[in-house]
Amino acid sequence: MAMTATVATSRTARRVHATEDRSTWRRIDWVVTLSTLALLVVGSLLVWSATAENEALTGGDSSAYLNKHLVNIAIGLTLAVVIAATDHRWVRIWAPAVYLCGIVGLALVLSPVGAVINGSRSWILVGGMSIQPAEFAKLGAVAGMALLLAERAEARRARSALRSWEVVAALGIAAIPAALIMAQPDLGTMLVLSVTVLGLLSVAGAPKVWLVGLVGGAVAVAALAIQFGVLKGYQLLRFQAFLDPSLDPRGAGYNTTQARIAIGNGGIFGQGLFDGSQTQAGFVPEQHTDFVFTVAGEELGLVGAGAIIALFLALLWRAVQIAARSDDMFGRLAGAGVVCWFGFQAFQNMGMCLGIMPVTGVPLPLVSYGGTSMFASLMAIGLLLNIHLRSERSLGLGIILRDRAARSRRF
Amino acid sequence: MLKSKSRLRLIVVQAMVVSLFVTLFARLWYIQVVSGDGYQAAAQDNAVRDVELPAPRGLIVDAQGRPLVANRTSWVVTVDRDVLERLGATTQTAVLRRLAEQLGLPRAEVERRTRTCGEEGAPKPPRCWNGSPYEPVPVAEDVSQVLAATILEQTEDYPGVAAEARQVRAYPSPFGINAAHILGYNSPITQDELEAAEGHGEPVSPSSVVGRAGVESSYNRYLSGASGVREVAVDSMGRVIDEAAQTMPKPGQTLVTSIDAKVQALAERELDRSIRVARETFDDVTGRNYEADSGSVVVMDATNGRLVAMASYPQYDPNVWVGGISDGDLERLYSERAGTPLLSRAMQGLFAPGSTFKPVTAASALSNDYKVTDTLDCSSSLTVGSRVFKNYESAAYGPLTFAQALQLSCDTFFYRIAYAEWQRSGGDSGDTSIKDVLVEGAKAFGFGSKTGIDLPGEVAGRIADRRWKLSYWKANQDYYCKLGKEDGMDFLHIFAREFCIDGWRYRAGDAVNFAIGQGDTVLTPLQLAVAYGALSNGGTLWEPRVGKAIVNAQGRLVRRIAPEVAGRLPVTPGILRYLDQALLGTAKVGTMAWKMGGFPLDKVPIRSKTGTAEVFGKQTTSWVASYDLQYVVVMQISQGGTGSGTSGESVRKIWEALYGIDGEKVRVADALQPGAQPPRGLPTFHRNGSISPPPFDEASPSGGGDASTGPGDASPRSLDEKAR
Repeated sequence: MAMTATVATSRTARRVHATEDRSTWRRIDWVVTLSTLALLVVGSLLVWSATAENEALTGGDSSAYLNKHLVNIAIGLTLAVVIAATDHRWVRIWAPAVYLCGIVGLALVLSPVGAVINGSRSWILVGGMSIQPAEFAKLGAVAGMALLLAERAEARRARSALRSWEVVAALGIAAIPAALIMAQPDLGTMLVLSVTVLGLLSVAGAPKVWLVGLVGGAVAVAALAIQFGVLKGYQLLRFQAFLDPSLDPRGAGYNTTQARIAIGNGGIFGQGLFDGSQTQAGFVPEQHTDFVFTVAGEELGLVGAGAIIALFLALLWRAVQIAARSDDMFGRLAGAGVVCWFGFQAFQNMGMCLGIMPVTGVPLPLVSYGGTSMFASLMAIGLLLNIHLRSERSLGLGIILRDRAARSRRF
Repeated sequence: MLKSKSRLRLIVVQAMVVSLFVTLFARLWYIQVVSGDGYQAAAQDNAVRDVELPAPRGLIVDAQGRPLVANRTSWVVTVDRDVLERLGATTQTAVLRRLAEQLGLPRAEVERRTRTCGEEGAPKPPRCWNGSPYEPVPVAEDVSQVLAATILEQTEDYPGVAAEARQVRAYPSPFGINAAHILGYNSPITQDELEAAEGHGEPVSPSSVVGRAGVESSYNRYLSGASGVREVAVDSMGRVIDEAAQTMPKPGQTLVTSIDAKVQALAERELDRSIRVARETFDDVTGRNYEADSGSVVVMDATNGRLVAMASYPQYDPNVWVGGISDGDLERLYSERAGTPLLSRAMQGLFAPGSTFKPVTAASALSNDYKVTDTLDCSSSLTVGSRVFKNYESAAYGPLTFAQALQLSCDTFFYRIAYAEWQRSGGDSGDTSIKDVLVEGAKAFGFGSKTGIDLPGEVAGRIADRRWKLSYWKANQDYYCKLGKEDGMDFLHIFAREFCIDGWRYRAGDAVNFAIGQGDTVLTPLQLAVAYGALSNGGTLWEPRVGKAIVNAQGRLVRRIAPEVAGRLPVTPGILRYLDQALLGTAKVGTMAWKMGGFPLDKVPIRSKTGTAEVFGKQTTSWVASYDLQYVVVMQISQGGTGSGTSGESVRKIWEALYGIDGEKVRVADALQPGAQPPRGLPTFHRNGSISPPPFDEASPSGGGDASTGPGDASPRSLDEKAR
């Protein structure tokens, strides 16, 4: 509906609009779209349930957070549709801009504009809104690296393997936001970014030596960081409490223990939405943001929480296919980047709720409350849809690929 | 080639994604289905919390039903560290700063008070928080209701902070009494006590208070009651979101004591006055005014051992314990400079009895080797071995009977007896199994062992007999032998050398000193009161009692606290009658006569004995022990001067007030206790909370007369009827 209207703004689309209206509609990837919409609906209900009774948070208006969440979704969906409908060349042109925006945002966080929440300087407060630029930076890094590696691959006519200096350049693109994120420090986002970069390089065809070296290097750096006390006390405690929550049941282990109790209390069918005793009493901290999965666990049970896992799996399965089908290197790498990002962040988030991953504050994409995360996630979904549309189109119009490849050689 | 490589790697990524998500699902299934029961139980625990409903502690009333210890409401501010710590450092600091401002304390102090005993920087016990760190910790007691209301109304400004009304001890202090040493005090239960009590299934909680001294301690199990519990559903901040089951608290029971507030107040006033007078009196011996550092008065019912009053100087304000004592106050209570006010001199102070001990020596002598017709020379001095023992002020009276010797308090008379008995029993032989007649007699009067009073902390005192001498020598010979090797011809060094060689010997000097209550024999004023009580009642040593009965919150009698016999004197009634008559003469012609001029001794015949005990390195202890058939009155002032001179007037005043004596007239109607006797019945506790005094039976015999009254309590009709 809105989709067709927006598609009409693109010049390419306008060209095919009159004749291919129905097929455009059909070319939209329904698995990605529907699983995204389903996660958004479930997420809204969970955020509503998690905050309705929390008067300290809502100030008495039980739907205050639901309303804000719906506004975030609306903005996010608009961004997604715009990106999905934009000509992919424009996406490639805009990619460096997104990347730069992310870096400027991260730099601002460290400036006096930044605010410290929960021990991390990760936020910019603008007119009562808190923005977390690290979320955009992940998208920016994915787009930026995909662009660079795609340009290089196309320059080499996709024949030879990735060269080392190209790997270093790609790493350099990731290193700037990574350094800024570490300075906050935001360990969770750093972890997600690292896995994403690794996945992206791997799909880009980086030599195995590099991949193994990077993993080994990361482990060594982590060991050194712990050794020399670079990590903050609470960060170490979180990791220790992850290994043994009984170490400090009221402090660092509190979140882990309470999260597990809430999920365990759900059983197979759950306590029912708005009826979870742990959720409604607010025993799990941050249950509308980072620990939103515990609300699903308690109130919707194995059935509901399992459905969320299944929806993510469906979304990511399809995303891998989209990346694989894309003949365009940028699309493939961006798709793979989004898969690694979403896949690992969702696993990390649900894993920490379930006590199989340490507690690091990353939101559950598309589900957790939080505007920046929502915008970035939906923009990534938009990017996936864009890539899909592009490859669908290219199947029918092979000439465009050759044409674009010829043109890009002139760059 | 690159394309196929990247396609392959995408498949790897896909496989990893699938395996990660399958792991998630497996874990979810494990938590929710396999171990769901355990988590559901934990969830139940999480959301339900027990809120203790403390029981009001029982009242303590005097024999007439006047409240001596009651309760009042005190607003307490508590901090739940558990909640506070979850707020994050900045909010935590802000809350504490806000709270500190309200309390008018530095923030660091408020923070310090939230620490539990043993933590770094915590206040000293018993000031520090003994309970679990997960319970709200009291940081300020007795705050104003306005402040409490502020905290309760602005909960959003004070997360983790609460104000609650607690019942704390109040001291109505009828007639201005203090009585802190009888009543005792409470302080929070310790972790060890809590565990022990929980082990016995007693109804305690971490916020329980426990009686630490006085009747608060000895009758704690009646007074404490049992706290109730309210189960509430709470949210993560500990806010109550739903109420569940509730067990009502069981209020503590009332303790009726035999103390009479009027007599107690008088005893305290007189003790205080005599001490002040003594401090203005010049002591010829030491060349300075009397220190009069401490003293005590015991007023006891001679017929059954019930205490009517027991005063100790210096006193302390029992309110310092209410709501937790401060470090400074606690230090002061134990401080020697302040005279260790915590110590009850009447039962924890040890003093040489001096001449008040002579009736005991006389009783032993008359029971063994002497007859009442015997006379002995009261010379100005007596040489025993190489030492000369002088009479008081070297007076010589010639041959005296036992009665005269007691009335005039002749020392040499009793030296002769002691010396003869000492020689008879084997002199200074080292055989500790020898039974010395005078020592055995003193033990029979209860000296050297506890009286069995129903208050904690009583001391036994000691009789310096052969056995004690040997053990003392063994314990101290190293010190003195070392000291003896030093040069020096002063008293201490000479003494050290002698002690080192045969300090264990029970010498003639020890024996004669013992006979007149001097030397190393020490006792408590309470022990002396019990002994004189036995002289009054025909030979029964009663265990002193403060508690009279336990009455429940509905006013019904729960338990009567019966007087108990500790022993009987091995002295014939004839000898007791003789001693009784002899001590009557002290007030007429003896050492008390100059203080008893105009006292109607024919109507209220007071038997008495004075004592001026010498203490090495200190001024003399003043003693007066007196009794009639109803009461025993013993007064003692440490470093206070002579017996009659310092304590005589106060003892007379107490007797006058006990019988309503005005000049030479006896007005029993004006007596401090109705009918000039302790009430036999118990006060009546009405349903509306008011208390009326026990009924006074006009027909019952007045204690002032010589009509013999049996031990034990006559049945108090009013209460027995109520109990049914």
